[in-house]
Formats: sequence, C-alpha cells, structure tokens
Amino acid sequence: MSFEYAPAPESRSVVSIKPKYGHFIGGKFVAGRKHFPTINPATEEILSQISLAGVAEVDAAVKAARKAYTTTWSKMSGKERGKYLFRIARIMQERAREFAVLETLDNGKPIRESRDVDVPLAAAHFFYHAGWADKLEFAGLGTSTKPHGVAGQIIPWNFPLLMLAWKVAPALAAGNTVVLKPAENTSLTALLFAEVCQQAELPAGVVNIVTGDGSTGALIVNHPGIDKIAFTGSTEVGKIIARAVAPTHKSVTLELGGKAANIIFEDAAIDEAIEGIINGVFFNQGHVCCAGSRLILQESVADEVVDKLKKRMAKIRIGDPLDKNTDLGAINSKEQLLKIRDLSATGDTEGAERWSAPCDLPAKGFWFPPTIFTGVTQSHRIAREEIFGPVLSVLTFRTPQEGIDKANNTPFGLSAGIWSEKGSRILWASQQLRAGVIWANTFNKFDPTSPFGGYKESGWGREGGRHGLSAYLKGVGHE
Amino acid sequence: MSNRIDVKKTYKLFINGAFPRTESGRTYEIKNAKGAFIANPCLASRKDLKDAVVAARAAQSGWNKASAYNKGQILYRIAEMLEGRRAQFVDEIVMVTGVTKLKAEKEVTDSVDRLVWYAGWSDKLSSLSGALNPVAGPYYNFTVPESMGVIAAIAPESPSLLGLIDAIAPIIVGGNTVIVLASTKAPLSAMSFAEVIATSDVPAGVINILTGKKDEIAPWMASHMDIDGFDISGLAAKSHGAVRVAGAENLKRIYSFKSADPGRILAFLENKTVWHPIGL
Amino acid sequence: MSFYGLVDGSDASLKKYLGALSGVDQVGADARAAMLATRSIKAASKRWAIDTAISMVDLTTLEGADTPGKVQALCTKAVRPDPTDATVPSVGAVCVYNDMVGIARKHLDLIGGAHVGVAAVSTAFPSGRASMAVKIQDTQDALDAGASEIDMVIDRGAFLSGDYIGVFNEIVQIRELCADRAHLKVIFETGELVTYDNVRKASFLAMAAGAHFIKTSTGKVAPAATAPVVLVMLEAVRDFYQMTQTRIGVKPAGGIRNTKDAIKQLVLVNETAGPEWLTPSLFRIGASALLNDLLMQRMKMDDGYYASPAYVTID
Repeated sequence: MSFEYAPAPESRSVVSIKPKYGHFIGGKFVAGRKHFPTINPATEEILSQISLAGVAEVDAAVKAARKAYTTTWSKMSGKERGKYLFRIARIMQERAREFAVLETLDNGKPIRESRDVDVPLAAAHFFYHAGWADKLEFAGLGTSTKPHGVAGQIIPWNFPLLMLAWKVAPALAAGNTVVLKPAENTSLTALLFAEVCQQAELPAGVVNIVTGDGSTGALIVNHPGIDKIAFTGSTEVGKIIARAVAPTHKSVTLELGGKAANIIFEDAAIDEAIEGIINGVFFNQGHVCCAGSRLILQESVADEVVDKLKKRMAKIRIGDPLDKNTDLGAINSKEQLLKIRDLSATGDTEGAERWSAPCDLPAKGFWFPPTIFTGVTQSHRIAREEIFGPVLSVLTFRTPQEGIDKANNTPFGLSAGIWSEKGSRILWASQQLRAGVIWANTFNKFDPTSPFGGYKESGWGREGGRHGLSAYLKGVGHE
Repeated sequence: MSNRIDVKKTYKLFINGAFPRTESGRTYEIKNAKGAFIANPCLASRKDLKDAVVAARAAQSGWNKASAYNKGQILYRIAEMLEGRRAQFVDEIVMVTGVTKLKAEKEVTDSVDRLVWYAGWSDKLSSLSGALNPVAGPYYNFTVPESMGVIAAIAPESPSLLGLIDAIAPIIVGGNTVIVLASTKAPLSAMSFAEVIATSDVPAGVINILTGKKDEIAPWMASHMDIDGFDISGLAAKSHGAVRVAGAENLKRIYSFKSADPGRILAFLENKTVWHPIGL
Repeated sequence: MSFYGLVDGSDASLKKYLGALSGVDQVGADARAAMLATRSIKAASKRWAIDTAISMVDLTTLEGADTPGKVQALCTKAVRPDPTDATVPSVGAVCVYNDMVGIARKHLDLIGGAHVGVAAVSTAFPSGRASMAVKIQDTQDALDAGASEIDMVIDRGAFLSGDYIGVFNEIVQIRELCADRAHLKVIFETGELVTYDNVRKASFLAMAAGAHFIKTSTGKVAPAATAPVVLVMLEAVRDFYQMTQTRIGVKPAGGIRNTKDAIKQLVLVNETAGPEWLTPSLFRIGASALLNDLLMQRMKMDDGYYASPAYVTID
C-alpha cells in the first residue's frame, strides 16, 4: 500500500453554462450573429458558443459606454460610484466558487489557483479600487481628477477574470466607462461578470462586454469613440496597438511580455528558492507574462539547485485541473501548445540539455510536462523569447554583477527574482535590475495595492496601487 | 567704434562633455530678425545623434547612481553658472530673436529660476511619488520611481532658452541622461548653455545638445532603439503621429507637455515595485 | 565517534559545518507547508494512513500526577488501541518519565506488548537545566530500567547563547551512553529556538552528533510541532541523507490532536523526505489525544457514520 492522493474534483454543478452567448451591451445581453466554440483545454470538450463581435456590436458598445459616461457615470459622485464597486466585490466573493470552477473549465488552470489566487484577487481589486472613487484628488503627483471617458480594454487568456478586474476596477473608480473584450478562448468568466454587474444594478452601459477575436480587438482599438486603450497581451500586438493609436489622442497603457530572470545567489535559502523557482515558472502552466522563465544560478550552487529542482519537479502533480491536488493544469490552447513545443525544440537543436519531469499526460486535451533546459546561454532563443509555458531555461553566473548583467540583457523588463539571505545584496540587486516588479525571496505575488508593470518592451504604465489608478486619470501637463 | 575685429564664436555641438563639429560637415545659416547673418551652426547628422546616444548611455548608470542630493546640487550649480552669464544670454536672445532687452532678461531670469525649481525636485520625487504598499500578506512592498534611461527631447522653437531648460532639467533630475535638439531658428542660447553645463560639474554625456532640423532628426530619435523615451513638446503636432509610429518599434515612451510640472519629471521615470517577505 | 566525517569534534569544525548551512525563509517555508496542507488523499490511502499513523504514535503521558496505574492503562491501550478490533496495530512506543520506565516495560511484556517500545524522556526533561552528571545519571537510570528509546532534550540556553559545541558534546555523550541499547531522539523544543534557521541548525547539529531521531518538542511549550517546523526538519533529514546515505528519523510532538493533523504530517513526509520515511522506524508522532481521534476516524471509515467518543477508551 502506498500513499496516494485522491482525485478530489471540485463539483461542476455550481456552474451553469449556456449553450450560446451574446454580448453585454448597455446593461443587456444581446444576441450575437456569428459564433465560435470555446472549449475546455483539459478535455477538448466544447463548453459553449461565443459570439464574434463585428463593427455593429463594437459600435453599439462604444455608444452605450459614451451615453453612460455622459449621462450617468461622469455625473455621479465618487462616493456613489465607489458603492457600486463595493457591491461588485461582494457579489464576486459570494459567487467565488462558481467563478473559480468556470475559470478552470474554460482556461485549464488548476482549481487550486483559480480558487486561491485568481478569484479572491479579482474581488480584492474591486474592493481596493472602490475606496479610490471618492479620493481621486489624493491620487498623487502628476494626475488630475478627470477620467479619460470611454476606455477600451482588451485582456488575455491567462488570467481571464483577474485581468478583467485589473482593467475594469480602476477604470470605473476613476470615472471612466468601459468596453471590454475578453480573449477569444476564455470569455466565460467575463460573461458571468456581466451578470454580476446586473445583480449590482450597475447603471446600463458603464460596463460593456463584447466577445471576439483579434479582429474585434482591432475594432475597439481603432474606434474613434474610444478615449483610452488598455491592453494586456503580447509585445507583438502591443506594438501594433501603439502604432494604431499613434496618430490619435487616445491614451494607452500596455502590459506586455517578459522573460524574467530569477537569480539565485549562493547564500540563498535554497529550499525556499526551489519553491520560488517552481512557483515562478510553473504557476499557471507558465502562462504568465512575469514568469521567472530564466533561472540564473550562481555557479557555486548550480549543481545543488538543479539537482534539488529536478527532484522537486518530479513531485509536481499534472492532470485534471478541477482536482484540488493538481499543481499543473492544461495548456490553454492547441495553438499555444504548438508554440511551446516549437520553441522548446530550438532548445534541443541549439544544444541545450532538456529534462522533463516524469509524468503521465492525459490523452485528451493540451498538455506539456514541466521542463528545464540546462546549459543555456544568452544567445539561445529559449533564453531570449517568451515561451509562455512550463519551460525553464537555466543559465549560470560567477559574480553578482555578471548575474545582473545577464538578467538585464533582454528587451523585456517586466519582473525579476532575487534569492539571497543578505539584505544589502538584495537591495543592491533590486536597484540594478531593470524591471518593474522585483520579487526578493519570493515570486509571483500580486496585490491590488502593489503597482505592476514593466520597463522597456514589457509595456507602458502600471496596474494596481496609486500608480495604476493614475493610468485612468488624465495626466497634468500632458497634451 | 573701435577698429578691432570681433572674435566670433564657432557654434558646435555638445556631445559627451566636448564640443565637436558635426561629423557630416554640414551647417546652416541663421540670421537675425532683420535678415543679417549671425552664425553657421551645425546641422547634426544621424551619426552625431548616434554618438550622443552612446555618450548618454555610457553616462546614465553613473548619473543615476549619484545621490539625489548631489543631482540637486548639480542642477543648482547650472543655475548659478547661468546667473553669472546673464548678460551673454540676454544679448544672444536679443540678437537672434529681436525681442526687447526686457523680454530677454525675463526669459533668462525665468530660466535660472526654473532650474532652481527643478533642482529642488531631485530629493522629493521618491517620497512624493513612491509608495509603501500595504499588501495582504507578510511582505514588505514598496514602489520607487527610477530613471528610465536615455531620453531624447526636441526643444521648442521659442522661448529658446527657457524651452531648452524645460526639455533638459525634468529629464535629468530623476537620473536620466538626455539628447536634446535645440531650437532650429534660435540655437545660440542652447550652444552657450552647453558652455554653462560644461562648467557646472555635470558629468560628461549626461546632457548632449544637437542643433539641426527637427523634421530630419526627430524621426531618427524616434526610431533609435537605444533611446527609451522622447519628449516631443517642441515638435509640430502634425509630426507627432509619425514619430509615435516609429517609436513603437521599441515601445519608446513618447510624451508632449504644455507646462512645467512634476508630471513632466515623472513621465520619464519608471516605477519599480519590490517585494520581500517579513519573517524571522 | 566518526560524526559521519562531517566534523572532527572540535568547535572550529562544528562552526564551519553549521556555518555552511543555507538559511530558511520563514514566509516561504510557511507557504510551502500551507500548500501541502491542501492535499487530499484517497479513501483507500486514508485507511492506510490512519493505520500507519497509529503505528507511529508514541503514546505519551508526562505528568507530575503519573502513577503506576495510569502508566499501566496507557500500556494496555498502546498494545491494543481498540480492544474490540484486533486489526488495529499497536502504537510505536509509550513515552514516559524515567521513573515509570520499569513499570511500563514490565506491564507491556506482561500483556503481550514486547514489540512496543518504551521511550524515556531524559536529560532533565523538559527544561534540560541540570549538570551533565545529572543528565548522564538520568539517562543511565532509564536505560537500566529497560528504556529502548531515549528522548533527550538539548540545552536550549546553550544553543541560544551560541555554545553549539556544548550542545553537541551533550548529545554525543548521551548517544555513547545509549550505545546499542536504545535509540536516541533529540528534542529541540522548537518553540524556544523560535526561528526556522535555528531549527535547521539544531537538526544538522544533532544528526552529526549521532541522533537517530530529531524531535520537535517536549509538549510543554507552545508552539510545538507546527507544519513548517516539521517541514524544515524533514528537509534537513532529506539533505542529510544526500550527504551521508543515512536516514535519520523525525518525531513531531505536541499539538497534533486529530486525524487531519496527522495525515497532514504524513503528506509533509511523503512530499519532503519521501515515502521511505513513511515507517515507524523513521517517523513518530508524540501524542496522547490523537490516538482516539484516529480510532474514531477508522470506525467511521468502517461503519460509514461518525463515531462517538463513548466508543473509544480513555487512557
């Protein structure tokens, strides 16, 4: 007899998925015209049919948002606006289990993460920003108290509900109205959020949700009725958006890709560093823009760390995302799986050494085992390009400055990790690293009070905290 | 009038603390309000810009590391040196633009005062714009504004000195280095201001000043991949779109400002958030 | 003593050995322990886990009011935890003060419990505040009375004042006294060492000095066997095995009162040190009330409904 963990599946019965969804415009669900399927990436089961918004739908959503902005939302006091956000936060908490199960079904992420991270943090974002609504005059240097107007928001598939919260909560708190487009693969929790808006009796048109693919996103970006664009996604698309809005007066914030370094100094608390590496790159299947996908080890501890890391990786439980014991869920889409496979293959051909944790992958659905490449150098593609999957590239350094230089040798600058038990070294390294979020002796921690966002090609602006709020207020002195 | 022949100044570029001529050998003629010849300033080339960026990049980490107190003192030193050479700047402004002496004096006074104002910001930025974030967990979490890197700027055509200072001071006060293109029509103040900088303890490469044509240099600045931010306040609005498109290649932070305020400083600072556990 | 070749018995070598240990980040260790606490296990595994946990219990009474009668009752329970169900295994050992060792041994042998060990708390338990001569005599008494396991306390005062070699030498001397007659468990009283860095350091110190087991607590000080403390100790035995190919046992004691807590401990063992440690020879749980909860859970699994304390025996 051995010690086996039970499949402890979370019940699906808490969610009811409609066979077909429309858009949420002007406070009402309106039928879509064209539809495409959304699937459970862990089983390839078709969950529902999602509408593809075209010119008419986007235009209707923008008009509804404009009307709500001019007639209702911009006239309402901050105090009253805040109350709606508090209501939304509370309803999200009440329906947390439903959101978590739905998110896991649609996205493939482990229920442990949707239950313990995505959904509680999403509610916390509304709670935090609710309190800002009547305190905009204290939002700090360089910001006015004036909103932009109508915000167009385009979010990715990796944290569907959480990214919605990061976008919608500050926008509404600052007094903007929104047109939001979830990612085509993961629209369901956004559509459930539309129900929350109804239950909260949010005035019609303050939040509008249109579903669709990149073409719908482009319609939002290019719509003349939009004053502010907020996008989270790839650097490639971020640049397209930056060019598209260049000739306009639209304000833009971008939260884009990364290739974060996780630097382990020889004096690190090794066992916690191992957990940090695991959490850094295997959290959410590595579908995290700030994932610690480059492990940069001091040579004196490199062998020990790699050895311990492999042993720890062998304990990662991969499988049914609804199982509460699952650590690593499904890759979000076939397309993403192929990308991960292709980029990993370049690691092989470029001479890095691949090791994957021994594990049985389910026959159906999209899966990739936790994988590390050792012997990686700065010039390998897997050290430079964002893989966005459970794949870790391991590099080494000899002196602290060399470690920092390697960490900074990238066009990205979203996040970085430092592991050391020496305080002055941590502060030194955190000053040297060119990244917007530095996790010292921890990794992948998020909080609504904590600004998040990148340097260089990782994006424009911050989300969270006072700095994130300011992105939804007009700048003082800017044209 | 005496028979003595004036010794006239050759107006050159200011790159890496030195005064080179443009490597292209190109110049253009500037005239006073009445059409009389004044000088042949350099028409900076793409290679001059490249050299300036290399200098600015090399200087950036050192300038960034200087304490806020030190940066503030250096900016104040610039103001001191400018104050000492008021007469020269007034003369040049009058000569080039034809404004009254009174108006020129006011511009120089405002310029000195503006520098002093910016100087005082150096050691207030992180306390007013930073934050200690009360995250829900056993973590110490703070946000600090940090320099963005190498910033390019186009100074407005006029006022040629005060506009130049608004293009330089807010960028460098937070630890960035700058390459600024001076007013095309009235570049004399800028080039004389370089002499002020050269004698103000500003490390070489922190401030680099070019003269030339906006429509020629702005696109080069926009597309240069080692420039992190771009102040286009001095560029005609019709050119903004094209510059922003070019700047998207490395997601340059591109802003245009209408006034001198703290937002102008913060625009070219990045916010860095640091997490650390709190435990025994 | 060879000390596994890790130290030569000198202060300098001990300092060097302990100085090379990496630190422990408290928040990270807490987070890992909390994450492992969310694992749920299969019903069939749970049955196995309950029986395994029962066999790992060091059934303990350490009261000033202990009497021969109380100890004999404890021994009876230790041998046959559930008098109505012979499939329930005996516990690992009984754990008593050393004046009760002879009584316990004799009673266990009398009732067919020769396979159940007698652990004696030793070296001026629980404070450890006595001369070395007294500690040696204390241990000698227990051994002479038939103790098969010695649960010694370290001198926490010495440890906290940095006198690591003093602590080390005490363990070495008690270990030499135990020789082949008894297994040595070294109690840290982690609630007094406070930091996880200290727990890790004490673990490596005790293991090099010859401990067969490292044990969290006396049960007299809170906090005792918290999940992160046990995690840190399990990491230490795992790493020590890498260094020496020797498996040292771990004994959490204090605060583990119900089946859920016990199973969480087994999850920690399984995921940290590995399944090789899931045996009473390498993992013990010092407890008293825990046993009855394990029995009640076992009944519930057999019967399908919740048991009542009226159906399990009190000690």
